[in-house]
Amino acid sequence: MNIETLFYLFAAVTVYAALRVITARNPLHSVLFLVLAFVSCAGIWMLLEAEFLAIALVLVYVGAVMVLFLFVVMMLDINIEQMRIGFLRWLPVGLLLAGLIGVQMVWVLGARETSAGMTAVQHAADYSNTKELGRLIYTDYVYPFELAAVLLLLAMVAAIALTLRKRRDAKRQNIGKQIRVTKQDRLRIVSVPSASKSAAAQDVVASDDHAAD
Amino acid sequence: MTLLSSLSPAYAEIFLLVMLSVILIVDLFIVSYTKTLTYLMVQLTLLGCSLITVATHQNGIAHLFNHMFVDDLMSDVLKLLTYLSVSMMLVYSRSYLLARGLFTGEFLGLVLFATLGMMVMISACNFLSLYLGLELLALSLYAMVALQRDSATSTEAAMKYFILGAMASGFLLYGMSMLYGATGSLDVNHIAQVILHGAPNKELLVFGLAFIVAGLAFKLGAVPFHMWVPDVYHGAPTAMTMFIGSAPKLAAFAFVMRILVEALQPLMIHWSGMLTILAVLSMAVGNITAIAQTNLKRMLAYSTIAHMGFMLVGILSGTIEGYGSSMFYAVVYVLMSLGGFGMIMLLSREGFEADNLNDFKGLNQRSPWLAFMMLLLMFSMAGVPPTVGFYAKFSVLNAAVQTGHITLVVMAVLFSLVGAFYYLRIVKLMYFDAPESHEKINLQPDSSLLISINGLAVLALGILPGTLMSVCAVSVQQSLLH
Repeated sequence: MNIETLFYLFAAVTVYAALRVITARNPLHSVLFLVLAFVSCAGIWMLLEAEFLAIALVLVYVGAVMVLFLFVVMMLDINIEQMRIGFLRWLPVGLLLAGLIGVQMVWVLGARETSAGMTAVQHAADYSNTKELGRLIYTDYVYPFELAAVLLLLAMVAAIALTLRKRRDAKRQNIGKQIRVTKQDRLRIVSVPSASKSAAAQDVVASDDHAAD
Repeated sequence: MTLLSSLSPAYAEIFLLVMLSVILIVDLFIVSYTKTLTYLMVQLTLLGCSLITVATHQNGIAHLFNHMFVDDLMSDVLKLLTYLSVSMMLVYSRSYLLARGLFTGEFLGLVLFATLGMMVMISACNFLSLYLGLELLALSLYAMVALQRDSATSTEAAMKYFILGAMASGFLLYGMSMLYGATGSLDVNHIAQVILHGAPNKELLVFGLAFIVAGLAFKLGAVPFHMWVPDVYHGAPTAMTMFIGSAPKLAAFAFVMRILVEALQPLMIHWSGMLTILAVLSMAVGNITAIAQTNLKRMLAYSTIAHMGFMLVGILSGTIEGYGSSMFYAVVYVLMSLGGFGMIMLLSREGFEADNLNDFKGLNQRSPWLAFMMLLLMFSMAGVPPTVGFYAKFSVLNAAVQTGHITLVVMAVLFSLVGAFYYLRIVKLMYFDAPESHEKINLQPDSSLLISINGLAVLALGILPGTLMSVCAVSVQQSLLH
């Protein structure tokens, strides 16, 4: 099997999986199809000799991000039927527009040689993809690399700002206060005339209960 | 030259990023509700940035980070104006946000993130850094709009903004990838060289250009890509609306300049036509729809659309004078927009938004000075001489006439006449109608001083526009020299 056949195989799987992501009825299936799309994308990158990116895609997206996605989808009770309301109603318009744009794009670009006469660079077998990527990122592309890091920091700050909710009515343990508590805070000894002994005992118990609340 | 001194053109960005991290950490230890210390630190950071930008200014064009960062006169001027408008926005919105419990350390952090994004956009010389700067700005804006979580309209506005913004980014990226395919480069200057001297695929270039113009039009809010503007402006808390409507317009101007003028100048014959359609539609839809609005924020949103159309007229004329007058227009628009939204926040109080036209009825009886300031701002937006809005419109149209866009200019004048109606309606409401409420206007000393300066600046710049105009013209001219 030559490279070209492999490419078309991976590309077909990617397109099919991507289509199923948005058409699958069950959100769980959508997530799993997205995993398939990522894996076949990684295959295409592998054919392009971008081994590091291919492995990073599988490790980071399939291994970490999509698993998290699966958890979230299972946790949330998404009402798919409600989200589909209006879908069929607008489907013809959407399909018409998408088809129109597609035809126009093919018309402009189709059947023309679109590559600028550039061919892929061939490398020797001992060429290290990872090393070259690291060298480029920390020299030529250090500015966008740092900017991407700032973007991640921004995403963190924004996510915290949007989700952290300081509730005033939340019930929390204050451990410091619990440790600092003294006998006087909890226990109140009432001196009462000794005539009614049993009533005094009850009073001590009751105030103890009260303090424990 | 050591590494540190070779970074001098980017000192302002580095300083801002360091201070931003410091502020985010320091803020955690500040329990005070008013966040005065954080606020002062942010203002001092902006002041420090402007001092650094002035101090590190050098003649000519300096490139940095493997030609991804450019420091020229235009970027320095635009950055200084960006600091100024962010700082003004913070002064205007402080008491408004405090009354709504939104003046948090996270908000101030997001403002600084957005400022950094704008600086990156203004100084970008590569599609990669342009895009990253744009995303830095856009992500902060999405979060800021959504910050008022308990309000359904804010959440809806944030959702619309986010989805349409993501789509616009998709358009831009697709266009950029086409240009990369045709020219083999992401560098702004290199692309221009390849198009001029190489033999790139013309169809592919124009195909990519169409997507880039669509993406830019989305971000600018030009018709027919304007649907998000009214909803976002209306739904977001007024302080955030003011932020979206002010400094980012300067960055957007720089973005258009870097992509269309510096990288794709040889394709001007193509994008000039596309921008003409966008400009005419924006001026028409913006000015005519604004008449029907009863909400001032929504009205100002449509007025933004119309103003963006005007700004595009300067760019599409394709001369240095055109670009200079377009930059002047952007600066003036930011000044007017800050004043307009500032007035809404000045008249608002806890639990009350003064964003309906009726809230401005009889403002002259309640506070003659504020009414006069609003009059100046509205006159300027409508383009009534002697305010600066007139001069901005005049210089843009002048540049278009010189390149022979007579029909376009006639239409622009007609639509701005239509626009004058709704600006002057506010003046009529303020001066000739009886007030609906006699509630005392609770003025803060800092923001009322600022609105006075803002209103008078609109008048003063209109009488003496020469300095600002020549600064804009010279800076555009210098950045286009290679």
